[in-house]
Amino acid sequence: MAEVNTSDSGGGTGGKKGKHQKKRAKKSSTKIDMTPMVDLAFLLLTFFMLTTTFSKPQVMELTMPIKDKNVDSTKIKNSLALTVILSDHNKIYYYGGEFKDTTQLHTTDYSKDGIRKILLARNKFVLDSISIISKEHDNKQITDAQFEDYKAKAQGSRDALFVLVKPDSLAKYGNVVDMFDELSICNVQKYALVNLYPGEKEKIKNYKPN
Amino acid sequence: MPKIKVPRSSPSLDMTPMVDLAFLLVTFFMLTTKFRPDEPVVVDMPSSVSETKLPNNIMTVTVDSAGRVFYDIDGQQVRKNLLQKMGVKYKISFTPEELERFAVMTTFGMPIAQLKGYIDESQDQRKTFNQQTKGVPTDSLHNELADWINFGRYAAADDYQAKKQAGKPVKDLRFAIKGDGQANYKIVKKVIDIFQDEKVNRFNLVTNLKKQ
Repeated sequence: MAEVNTSDSGGGTGGKKGKHQKKRAKKSSTKIDMTPMVDLAFLLLTFFMLTTTFSKPQVMELTMPIKDKNVDSTKIKNSLALTVILSDHNKIYYYGGEFKDTTQLHTTDYSKDGIRKILLARNKFVLDSISIISKEHDNKQITDAQFEDYKAKAQGSRDALFVLVKPDSLAKYGNVVDMFDELSICNVQKYALVNLYPGEKEKIKNYKPN
Repeated sequence: MPKIKVPRSSPSLDMTPMVDLAFLLVTFFMLTTKFRPDEPVVVDMPSSVSETKLPNNIMTVTVDSAGRVFYDIDGQQVRKNLLQKMGVKYKISFTPEELERFAVMTTFGMPIAQLKGYIDESQDQRKTFNQQTKGVPTDSLHNELADWINFGRYAAADDYQAKKQAGKPVKDLRFAIKGDGQANYKIVKKVIDIFQDEKVNRFNLVTNLKKQ
């Protein structure tokens, strides 16, 4: 369809076949047929119309427990309780089990080698269960719905890690969101956003990690 | 020697299809998109790996980096109803025209005493106002945020009932907190506490998608 008329080479390269042609200055007209280009444009347009959706901001779910003074606290095994205290300058202090004094505190940060390593280590039971179920899911031994079901059960089981997130008065909102994000990445489903105990507050205030 | 005339080529491009395409694209975007409403405050949200999308019918409380609180709720009818209820409680009367203007506004943040003036202002005046506003009051003496949340829920419930009776599709009201990453956690905690006092315990925290 595309027709590009260029001037005849005449005696130059055409001489191979020995054409005897009169040298004529042909008026060349370069006309490009645009039909394929427009076809392509429409194709791309239709493709994008059908496949893309307008981008909406993402959200993270947060569920708080009911603010009831009469609710009795659930018992958690000391080895499965982790308290994470978020402080200023992106510092995180953490300790397992019950709080007695500042010698139990360890310091970490939001990097991959920081709090994520701790969470992965402590949540080993859930992560191992989930990796077994994932393998079965990849081998098509269980359906998607079953996979989600087993995953939820593993995350909510009695042997799953329970994390208490305690931001102190200097923490930023972004720190809290990052912490929730790390919990989500490490498959920790049991967590609570709570205040520091009065005793903790005093001791942490003067705590300087060495 | 015969004169060899260099042939002059005159390229001519027919631009009609390109123009057609341009008009088509313009028409498509004219019909499918809406203007993004001017937000009074720009919030730098933290990022998370969560991929859940923002639901449609929501009440949004925005907290900027300075700790100012702003409020927004979806639905024109809901907003009109809400403003009337607030007017009754705070003894401010709003004209029908002000109700209409409020219905198409988005996020706002100021004590209710200043709201009437804000509604009557133009876009530019609103912009200058928003730069120095202190946001919706949340202190215990003037906890206006609690009233906005409470009446907002009532207004949304009325709208829900009305829609249900008319046979239209209904969606539950959800609650979103849009906080700046650098905002002090204390003020966000205050907002969450106020929500909990109004018996709301499930929120959506609005974030950007993190690039893993």
